[in-house]
Parts: sequence; C-alpha cells; structure tokens
Amino acid sequence: MDFSLTEERRMLADSLRGTLKRGADWAQLSDLGVQGALFTEAEGGFGGSGFDIAVVFEELGRAGSTEPVLEAGLAGGLLADCGEAALVEAVIDGSLRPVFAHDEPGNRYDTDLRCTATDGRLSGAKTVVIGAEGAGLLVVSARSSGGLSLFAVDPGAEGVSLRSVPSLSGGYASEITFDKAPARLIGPEGGAQPLIDQRIAAATLALCADALGAMETVREMTLDYLRTRKQFGRPIGSFQALQHRMADVVIEIEQARSAVINLAGHLHAAPAVRDRHVSATKNVVGRTASLVAEESIQLHGGIAMTEDYALAPFARRLIAVDHRFGDEDWHMERFIALGASA
Amino acid sequence: MDLSFSAEDIAFRDDVRAFLRDELPAELAAKVRHHKLLDKADYERWHAMLQARSWLAGTWPKAFGGAEWNAVQRHIFEEECAMANAPRIIPFGLNMLAPVLMAFGSKEQQDYYLPRILDGSDWWCQGYSEPEAGSDLASLRTTAVREGDHYIVNGQKTWTTLGQFANKIFCLVRTDASVKPQAGISFLLIDMDTPGIDIRPIVLIDGTPEVNEIFFTDVKVPAENLVGAENQGWTMAKYLLTHERTNIAGVGFAAAGLAELKRIAATERSGGRPLAENPHFAARMARVEMDLMAMATTNMRVVAAAAAGAAPGVESSMLKVKGTLIRQAINDLTRRAVGPWAMAFPSEAVEGSNLPHPGPDYAASAAPVYLNYRKISIYGGSNEIQRGIIAKTMLGL
Repeated sequence: MDFSLTEERRMLADSLRGTLKRGADWAQLSDLGVQGALFTEAEGGFGGSGFDIAVVFEELGRAGSTEPVLEAGLAGGLLADCGEAALVEAVIDGSLRPVFAHDEPGNRYDTDLRCTATDGRLSGAKTVVIGAEGAGLLVVSARSSGGLSLFAVDPGAEGVSLRSVPSLSGGYASEITFDKAPARLIGPEGGAQPLIDQRIAAATLALCADALGAMETVREMTLDYLRTRKQFGRPIGSFQALQHRMADVVIEIEQARSAVINLAGHLHAAPAVRDRHVSATKNVVGRTASLVAEESIQLHGGIAMTEDYALAPFARRLIAVDHRFGDEDWHMERFIALGASA
Repeated sequence: MDLSFSAEDIAFRDDVRAFLRDELPAELAAKVRHHKLLDKADYERWHAMLQARSWLAGTWPKAFGGAEWNAVQRHIFEEECAMANAPRIIPFGLNMLAPVLMAFGSKEQQDYYLPRILDGSDWWCQGYSEPEAGSDLASLRTTAVREGDHYIVNGQKTWTTLGQFANKIFCLVRTDASVKPQAGISFLLIDMDTPGIDIRPIVLIDGTPEVNEIFFTDVKVPAENLVGAENQGWTMAKYLLTHERTNIAGVGFAAAGLAELKRIAATERSGGRPLAENPHFAARMARVEMDLMAMATTNMRVVAAAAAGAAPGVESSMLKVKGTLIRQAINDLTRRAVGPWAMAFPSEAVEGSNLPHPGPDYAASAAPVYLNYRKISIYGGSNEIQRGIIAKTMLGL
C-alpha cells in the first residue's frame, strides 16, 4: 500500500509542470519525453502504466494545455499494438502526430461502425475527431471482410476530406469523410476490437487525469478569489454559505482523485474488471468535473462569465469531459450491466 | 503507487478473517446484520473473545497490553469486522478514555483503570454534550467545585450513548467560570453509582433507547479522579478528537450495508422482476457504489499516510462528510428497497408494541436504521462544522 509517486514519476511531473508553466508546445513536450511516458519499454517508451499516464495528463490538464497528446497517445498505442514500430518511434520522438478516427455520426457514445474498407480503399464518415487538424497520420477503424480492423490513412490522400471547427475543450474537432481513400490494413484483420477497448480505456484514464489537473487549477483560482474579492467590506470567503459550497467542491475533487487512482491501478486488469473501473471512474470524474465548473463559476460570480477571465477555458474543458468517451449516464448503464454479469 | 496490501498485511487480514469465521458467534452476527438491539451481555461476550485473542486493544501500545497495530492493520481489522457483521467495539473506554489516560493520566490512574477496561470490569460512557452545548462544546455548564479532597458536581449531560450499561463516566466539567470557556474545563472520572446521579433514557426517532440524559446533583467526586491538571480538560478533549479520527469514513460499515442492500434488491420484486433490475433503482445503487469505490481509496490514502507517520488533518473532515453521506444514502436505499414493509413500525418504545414485524427478516430494521443513521452527520462534529473546518483550513481566513 503506497500512494506516493515513484521518484521518476515525481521528477517527470515536476519538470512537466515547470515547462508547461512557460507555455510548452508540441516540440517542447516531445523534447521532455512526454510521449515516451505513454509507452512501455517494449514499445520503445519508458512508461505506459496507468500511473505514468495519470501523472502526465494531470499536469497537462493543470496547465490547460491544448496540445493533442492524448490523441497521439491513443493512435500511437494502436500503432504499437499493430506492430508499427517505426511509426511508434516517430510518435515518441515527436516527428509524427497521429490521430485515431473512430466515432461516427449519429452514434452518440456507441460504436456501431459503418465505415468499410475493401481492396485497400476506405469509405465512410468519422465525427468529432479531436486533434485531426494538422495530424500526420489517421488511424481509422472500419469494417473489412474479416470484421473490425484498423487502417492507416494519409490525411492528404485523395478521397479524404476534413472539415474542422474549434472544440469545446480547446484545439479542433473535425468531421472526416472517406471516399474510397487509400488505406493500409495494420494489425490483425478483424481483430481490432480488443485493441481499441484497451486503448480507449487508457485514453479515458488520460481524460480523467487531465480533468483532475484542471480541477486543481480551478480550485486554486477559486480559493484565491474567495480570499481576495471583497464585498460588504470583507473577503467573500468569510461567508459561510460560500465556505460550505467550496468545502463540498474540495471533497468531491478528492473523490475524483481517488477514482483516477482506482482506474490507473486497474488499467491492465482483465477486461471485465478494467471496464468496471473505467465506467466507475468516468462517471465519478464526469460528475465532479461538471460540479467543479458550475460551482467555481457561481463562487466567483459575474467575473467568471467573461471570456477574459482565465477560468473560462478551464470551465469549458471540465464541461467537455462528459462529452467524450461516454458520459455519466452511458457509463452508469455500462457499470450496471457489468455488475449484473459479474 | 501500489494499491495492494503488503504480504504482512494480507497475512494479518487472513488471520482476522479466520478468527471471524471460526469464532464470531452466528447469533451475534445475525443480530448485527439485521440491526437488532444488542444487550450488554452481547457486547461483553464479544469484547471478552477479542481480549482472549489480544485484539480488543489493537491500537494500544504493547506496554499497556495492546497489540500496537499500525493504521493499516487497524483499518483491516475494522473493515473485516464490519463486513463479517461483528458487534462494534464499544469505543468509550478503549479508544476514547484510554488514550487520554495514557497521555495525561497519573501512573496510579493508568495502573488502575486500563486493566479494568481490558477485562471488562468497567463500562465507560462519555459525558461531553449538554443541552446547551452541542456543536459549541466549550460552552458546557456542568460545574465541579473543589471542596477539600472532593469535587462537587452539578449539572446535566446528554446524548450519553449506552449510558444505561455504564458503571463509569468521564466528564468535561467547568472548574473555572471566570476565564474564556476553553480555559476553564477539566476532565473528571465519575462512578455512576455515586449518590446524586440520575440517568433517564432518551427514546430516539427510530424507537431505540440508545442514548440518555444524566443529571448530577451535588455529586461528590474524589479529587484524585481528576485527569491531568485542573483546567486542562479542553486540551484532552481535543487530543481525544484527533485520536478518534481513523475509521471516520466507515468504509467497512458502508460495504456491509451495500452488500445487504444488493441482497434485498435481488429478492424484492417490482414489475415482475427483481428490484435490482429496475433501471431507476439500479442507477441509484450504482451511483452509491461508484462513490463508495472512490471513497474507499480516499480512505486508504489517509490510512497509508497515517501508517507512514502523518498526522490526520483536514482529510478527516472530508472523510467524515463524504463517509456519512454515503452511509446515509445506502440506508435510504435500503428503506426504499423494502417498499411498503417500511410502513410496519412495531416499536416498543414509541408505540408500546412488542409485536413481530410482519415482513421478511431484512425488512423490520430498514426504516428504523434509516432514521437512526441520520445521527451520523450530526454527531462527532456535525457535517457543517466539518465543512467550516475544511474551508477555514484552505482559505486561512
């Protein structure tokens, strides 16, 4: 029983925090080895465990970074599963930024996929792909004769069109259509599902840890405001109504931290155990993220409604947590289903 | 970061499990599981069995006859006992008075009282709260006036849990009214059979005679029953409170309650299927289970820090608030799960009725327990007091 970070992870977190404070871009993050922390030694990295992922993304969330590290880690992980060692090496050194195009229009959080691939050509549509703008490689899920498979697609290839809009959490969200786009099968034909499930579980952990970091920043901003903002001649933090709301926020953030630890510790457990923790953690963190966003706005008052105040992007980032990889209710339903079959 | 217990901890847990499996009397576990009232002999029997195994005073130092468990071992023991529906250990002597005596008591007091706590000679109760001193404990007004080699005690204590079983009471009393409230309080040990003490039961909302009010009229207490120095009582009271803050989350009780709730929801039927398959009820249960999974880890984080030597701080307040809310949510769902059976409320104390409950064995206690456990967010520093502590600690205002 030990809830402290290892020396290596502590050092990574510290240097990451310092670098991010100065506004690190993709290249600087790569130099720091951020991507390498997401991959195991066998894959060419130096991390890859649940706690490595949690440490990295908590710092990215704390800083409000919009660099698509999660997306590159998710797609890069699938490339690693498919034995694409050269591409993975490029992801780790930062020279390649891939993205996984998976969700399809009208599916909400389900993955009843309709994209198809035959004879090296892929057709269909993917929706709300975060980080696809400027990505060097698309990893695309599609049905082929053998079942669900993964394909590598060049985003600049003929038949690929990409339409991007700004995203709620920063960065861009893209609608991507494929019209007989050239696609190279990677990994086992028809064997993609378990690979996707494992990597989405890891990406969900990353998102939850990112949210935790963002909550920590929002907590500090809100506490600072409660200490310094004066009304009726005294700091507003001296009012009990606000104190108790803030205390509840802090209690729930600790719940979210524990939920992240639970998932990090079970990320590589058997799928049924893993997914029970994925759903419990995502439900708790999704709930908490919304609560922290709403309460921090309320506790600040009018200033938090403005785009100029630094809280705004963090509040949007926290609200966005429940719109990716399944929301509170989606995971509640899955948690119940997994419990009933257990 | 390692979420698993060490090999030594697992071996200890196996010992505890084996003991509970082999030794915990089935009739006691059944009473606890169905929230039946335990009588004094039930508690004394279980205490004696634990003492025979040297586990009654698990947290005491070995020098005083304890097992000197660390925070992880204590957590394991408490959680396993709760999951096995063992009777709770009555904490007033063992976990509340004893640490105070060890830290502040005289050698004579330690030598006399501590062995009597272990062998069951004394049953202690706690004389802290008063009708006008609840969350604001320091405003207490029960007085002790020194006359020669005695104190003369006058006043009233209340919410005295299981005082009807006690032969001793430790009290906070006012020995100086001229200074600020905290500075004029002393810690006094009193025999319950001293003339002038009158104990009356308070029947609670669930119909149980769990607590009492105790009246003191010119009660003559030997001066050697003072613990520590006169007017040092508030320091001891605070020491006791920080000492009594592990297991504040009640994770084991929550886990046992959730397991029982799931059994009931699988048995009760609604719309031609088990209640557990009703999507609304299933969602209510899932939500509290997910909250409990997170809180269990929050609790372990605090336990691990305590085992590494950290003093429990504001985390105790967080665990108190979240832990009580989760346990109350489970009791609320259990009450809902039994449906109309909750309407049958045969209560000897409230209605003068001693009739059996007409429903299944799990149904009788659902409503009373739900009602009884509204107390846990009030006692031990209400949740609002805890939120105030959390806010003040963070804000520094």
